[in-house]
Amino acid sequence: MIDKRVADLAAAVAGIEDGATVLVGGFGDAGVPNDLVQALVEQGAKELTLVGNGAISEVVGHGRLIAEGRVRKFIASFPKGRGSKLFEPGDASESVELEIVPQGTLAERIRAAGAGIPGFYTATAFGTPLAEGKPTMEFDGNQFVLERAIQADVALIKAKTADRWGNLAYTGTARNFNPIMAMAAKRTIAQVSEIIDPDPLDPEYIVTPGIFVERVVAVADDLREEGRQ
Amino acid sequence: MSDTKPAAEKIGLSRLQIAWRAAQDIADGSYVNLGIGMPMTIPRFLPEGREIMLHSENGLLGMGPPPAKGDEDWDLINAGTRPTTVLPGGSFFHHADSFAIVRGGHLDISVLGAFQISEKGDLANWSLGPSAARVPTVGGAMDLAAGAKQVYVLTDHCSRDGSPKIVKQCDLPLTGLACVNRIYTDLAIIDVIGEGLVVREIIEELSFADIEAQTGAALRLSDDCKALTAPEFEDA
Repeated sequence: MIDKRVADLAAAVAGIEDGATVLVGGFGDAGVPNDLVQALVEQGAKELTLVGNGAISEVVGHGRLIAEGRVRKFIASFPKGRGSKLFEPGDASESVELEIVPQGTLAERIRAAGAGIPGFYTATAFGTPLAEGKPTMEFDGNQFVLERAIQADVALIKAKTADRWGNLAYTGTARNFNPIMAMAAKRTIAQVSEIIDPDPLDPEYIVTPGIFVERVVAVADDLREEGRQ
Repeated sequence: MSDTKPAAEKIGLSRLQIAWRAAQDIADGSYVNLGIGMPMTIPRFLPEGREIMLHSENGLLGMGPPPAKGDEDWDLINAGTRPTTVLPGGSFFHHADSFAIVRGGHLDISVLGAFQISEKGDLANWSLGPSAARVPTVGGAMDLAAGAKQVYVLTDHCSRDGSPKIVKQCDLPLTGLACVNRIYTDLAIIDVIGEGLVVREIIEELSFADIEAQTGAALRLSDDCKALTAPEFEDA
């Protein structure tokens, strides 16, 4: 029998090792698995390479891991929100290595990893500082930059609803990076508002098929940025 | 009130008037992405009867106006991370599909802001360079610059210090090469055609020579150059 449900957040993040590359979903405060991140902080893994769109604050989500000193390198398109002190001179996060990636290139590097594609050419960033040092190629008279897939050990994602098979459905713009991150990691862990049982999700409405998901944990009253319930 | 005109009175379009003018050029049925700032005000100025589909790069087509206070859904937000709404015919999708819409050339128009634009249509709008204290944040700007069928830029003609923003060559870090198609400023509308800049409209108070004087690149005057005008709006 296939049953990907785990009892609690501690069980969900068990086994994540120091030095792991961790994808964390979300954009703004939508679709960020804040409870899994908090559980990972408590679990203690460190020296992580964190991948995500960006940290909107130090309180929850990506920024929480960074503020707790667990992150060695952050790969992001918009690494910090306004008002956040992350990465500024004098802040403890100042020494975190930053890799700034155009948002579409970030998404495609993650998608490519999930699809078994080690690299791809894109027009985005050609001739800009973010393409410096990267191989380029001309196709049909236009110039393109070689970008590498981002292979990850773990993905922490958030969805609205799951079933015991690990199938996931989302809500609104909380989908964002979550479905592609689910595909790109050796181990994908999903927090969801609700796990339905015993009936499965309607196959017509599943966005992430359960094959991409190893563990699901239900968190009804999820952590959000203040004022964003 | 004195009858004498203050010497420093600003001439040219306000920011809302620039957005109004750009809105007149967006055809019915267009799929459009609007950048943060001036471009975001375009929807309120669309002529009656035109339906456009707004793309928000965090996974939404058919973006509507902000919700009423109390109706916010923090799982339905725009690219500026503020609550938004979805209009009939809208759809949700994940980030790779959202940027396939951008990078795959499916978006009709991307409207962006600018620090500098070169005479070849190079755009600099994401970083003030290594001397800037801020951590660089690129977001989707490079994808939008490279991928949309048409890139419109809305900007003041000159920086606050009076230096031209339209220049021979950008000295700030680039967002994209030869990507801008049309520039809407407070003083003029300029098309980037091939490797040159063509002035299409100029405000009535200024001449082509005046525009040339405030531009750091070579300009050509369109044969049918028109007056750049817009209705008055209360600037927010």
